[in-house]
Amino acid sequence: MLDKNGIAKRIAKEVKDGYYVNLGIGIPTLVANFVREDIDVEFQSENGVLGMGPFPFEGDEDADIINAGKQTITTLPGASFFDSATSFGMIRGQHVHLTILGAMEVSQTGDIANWKIPGKMVKGMGGAMDLVASAENIIVAMMHTNRAGASKLLSECSLPLTGVNCVKKIVTNLAVIEIVPEGFKLLERAPGVTVKEIKDATKGHLIIEGEIPEMVL
Amino acid sequence: MIKKTVKDVRKALDGVQNGMTFMLGGFGLCGIPENAIAELVRLGIRDITCISNNAGVDDFGLGLLLQKHQIKKMISSYVGENDEFERQMLSGELDVELTPQGTLAEKCRSAQAGFPAFFTPAGFGTEVAEGKETREFNGKMYVLEKAYEADFSFVKAWKGDEAGNLMFKGTARNFNPCMCGAAKITVAEVEELLPAGSLDPNQIHVPGIFVQRIFQGENYEKRIEQLTTRAKN
Repeated sequence: MLDKNGIAKRIAKEVKDGYYVNLGIGIPTLVANFVREDIDVEFQSENGVLGMGPFPFEGDEDADIINAGKQTITTLPGASFFDSATSFGMIRGQHVHLTILGAMEVSQTGDIANWKIPGKMVKGMGGAMDLVASAENIIVAMMHTNRAGASKLLSECSLPLTGVNCVKKIVTNLAVIEIVPEGFKLLERAPGVTVKEIKDATKGHLIIEGEIPEMVL
Repeated sequence: MIKKTVKDVRKALDGVQNGMTFMLGGFGLCGIPENAIAELVRLGIRDITCISNNAGVDDFGLGLLLQKHQIKKMISSYVGENDEFERQMLSGELDVELTPQGTLAEKCRSAQAGFPAFFTPAGFGTEVAEGKETREFNGKMYVLEKAYEADFSFVKAWKGDEAGNLMFKGTARNFNPCMCGAAKITVAEVEELLPAGSLDPNQIHVPGIFVQRIFQGENYEKRIEQLTTRAKN
């Protein structure tokens, strides 16, 4: 079974040379730590920066340079700043190659719910609805089940949707799953996890074809 | 040169009234019009509708207006950092319209650029699209979103000149340029107000035509919401 860093490490393998990538808050943010150093990738933050670097050294922080999580950041050579309309133009216009974000639920048709729980304080969708409606390639990073132990991979989402028919791949603590027209296609098992364990933790239609390899990290 | 400078924040906010709709630049606490917010608090203007990506924190940014119960309605994409906001929203005191961030930016930019509405894929199939026209283009579904109408835009820039030309620094740019010229009157406050001719015309981010009033801001706190650093070695 993977921990959060393990999920991020596996997703980092999906990041290819020449990609512009938008990382959501939570596990997705960790992905930046595991991207191969021999490829060129630029991270976009929707508040208006391309070419995000690591956190600043103590004392070097600048209130005018933050990411979408409102954290102080640095920029790398080749970075650029832009306004919010331009930023979402990059996203809507599919110039950003890959979006990695967290989710509360994903359906077998690729619907995603990650912004609202009825009865709880709603904080807002931020840029999530724009990102999921537009990105060519969306990978969800999440735990396979919620805190109550219920599956987050469902035949239909029960929570209010963020977007429909948009998620392409899911990487959880248990498995790598691709969304295909027929449902959740199991691609890889996390180290030490059996196909039965994945099946038991998945509520939607899981497609198991042939031998399922263990993921290589 | 058409001069846009006004003496101070009081002159800059001349004409603001109860019940008006304001656009306010900034992302989180980054690039917010601190001086204009302070003046709105001082003036005690009430029943305001605010179009702003976020709602500040309890004791800073738009949180200052919330504390005084001056805001009637917030139009934002994310409001998660403010307990007073939550209290007023749950008690029904405050009306909240949540809008996808890219849609919010484009509804401002459309108002600036003279588009009454636009189609976006954001929110299709979700509650955001309820009651709105949807249409298919090239096999994909889109939602019709309308441009905002506002009385004042309050923006904050790094440098500006007497002609109202603006330059921003870092990610403090965010929604500010999209809101310039998007309301009846745009008020820009700047960290450094310079004589015309001081800024390179090649480097201007917002041309002065979109700005009606510009003033030298003061006492910028520029509070950091999430200080994240790494240790040197």
